[in-house]
Amino acid sequence: MFVIGERINGMFNDVAKAIKQGDKATIQGLARKQMEAGADALDVNVGPAAEEPLRAMEWLVNTIGEVTDAPLAIDTTKFEVMETGLKLCKGKAIINSTSGDKEKLDRFLPLAKKYNASIIALTMNKSGIPQDAQSRAEIAAQIVTCAQEQGIDMNDLYIDGVILPVNVAQDHSREVLETIRQCKLLCDPPPKTILGLSNVSQKALNRPLVNRTYLAMAIACGLDAAILDPLDKDLMNSMITAELLMGKQIYCGNYLEAYRKK
Amino acid sequence: MEKATEKWASKVNELIIGATQKEGGTRNSLIKVGGATTLPFLHFEGVIPNPPVIAMEVWDMEPPDWPAVLKEPFGEVLGDPVEWAKKCINEYGANFLCLRLASTHPDTKNNSPEEAAATVKKVLEVVSVPLMIIGCNQAEKDTEVIPAVSEAARGDNCLVGIAVEANYKTITAACQSDGHSIIAESPIDINLAKQLNILISDMGFSPEKIIMHPATGALGYGLEYTYSIMERSRLAALQGDKMMSMPMVNFVGQEAWRAKEAKASEQEIPEWGPIASRGPLWEVTTAVSYLQAGADILVMCHPKAIDSVKKVIEELMKKE
Repeated sequence: MFVIGERINGMFNDVAKAIKQGDKATIQGLARKQMEAGADALDVNVGPAAEEPLRAMEWLVNTIGEVTDAPLAIDTTKFEVMETGLKLCKGKAIINSTSGDKEKLDRFLPLAKKYNASIIALTMNKSGIPQDAQSRAEIAAQIVTCAQEQGIDMNDLYIDGVILPVNVAQDHSREVLETIRQCKLLCDPPPKTILGLSNVSQKALNRPLVNRTYLAMAIACGLDAAILDPLDKDLMNSMITAELLMGKQIYCGNYLEAYRKK
Repeated sequence: MEKATEKWASKVNELIIGATQKEGGTRNSLIKVGGATTLPFLHFEGVIPNPPVIAMEVWDMEPPDWPAVLKEPFGEVLGDPVEWAKKCINEYGANFLCLRLASTHPDTKNNSPEEAAATVKKVLEVVSVPLMIIGCNQAEKDTEVIPAVSEAARGDNCLVGIAVEANYKTITAACQSDGHSIIAESPIDINLAKQLNILISDMGFSPEKIIMHPATGALGYGLEYTYSIMERSRLAALQGDKMMSMPMVNFVGQEAWRAKEAKASEQEIPEWGPIASRGPLWEVTTAVSYLQAGADILVMCHPKAIDSVKKVIEELMKKE
């Protein structure tokens, strides 16, 4: 599993405050802690409240770059903010994200190519988020076609089936799992699949339980990557165990520890 | 047609055995194993920086069960580890030796740890190639013997063993304090192999200094079980499993020469052909199979068998 740590996001109060005050220690602490907890990459989102998103992104990427060369997922819908982030990344960059709209793909895919970045593409378009797996897979197929035309390696393309909160769109949980399965049939080698996991449990009462249960189910469907909170140890343990049960790791008594030694 | 190649994420650990004066040891040469970024001998797919190596067995006593055809090349020196070691190097071109302290076994001479340590010291003084040192493979006795011989070889970065689940703590501690690499053995079981690697590294021992012994089965005696486990281990290493990325060793000679097919006389079973070539061939066939399974170190006995396998390695390491 490719884990993208979600914690450096201006939606969280501590991060918003740190951005506002130029408090490097908080951001760098979050970067370090997430990497130690098993993140393979870090999401970077300035949040909706940032007054100058461009400068905030610049500051965040540089601040994180001082403590780690980890790949960064530049999380913004704004093209200029995206390119600013990509330019400054020390490690591999990940574009987070584009939708399936042709005009967006035409801008973001060349950007991925230019910066040798991976790219996350959501199975949604101007008409919104599809109701079922079939329609999501159709958008995924369009994304794959565009990406192939642009010469993007399928290992660098992450399809996100867009999970909605279970308390408002219960049917979607199942449909997204089916989307993950269908993405694997689109081409050979298939694109990777990813989830912004925490969204499934927005406003639910026991968020960690919903998160880790859904993650295990998604892994069983072939999920390759997730944006999640690596500091949730139970969640990480569920993830490691699900991968073990899928035969992705060799079992041994201390398999949790073995995974963390990787 | 396009060649189908796999892109692996990781590689087998690279390990150096021996230490020259520069590294604080007394050896004149080093042995380097591992480091491959692909399956055995797939040169078109990845890099295989170090060829598999052969360690030639030297015992600290005359081997009680060796058949005449295996004793014959050594003659007089059997029972004298120093002369035996010299013969391996000078006559048979060995560049890596495996000193087996069989005399410490309670069922043979039950020699003391001190006697074993003295033997190790003498051999190290006389020969200058890197050394693998193993006890008598009795877990309890090895916990007494290995710390003593490990200390006697301190600084020479030997490959010491054999650590099993029952005695790994003592052997790991000895290797740790005297700067040796360790052989970790598990009973043809990939899950236990991984567990032992974790337990050893949990003691603060570097995973990069572990060599796995997945147990060895001779041709006709379970070779295919070990083979499949070695293949899976190698695949796990290439996929990035750090607790399975260790190079592997096989005790080919020990197992091949236990086989009836290697030992039975011509009078007993005439249709099996001349014993002079049958035994070495059994050892060669076993060894070559393990090369294909991913062995990094082969511990072997018969000089003729070793010669043949060296040639095979040379062929397999040719890139075209």
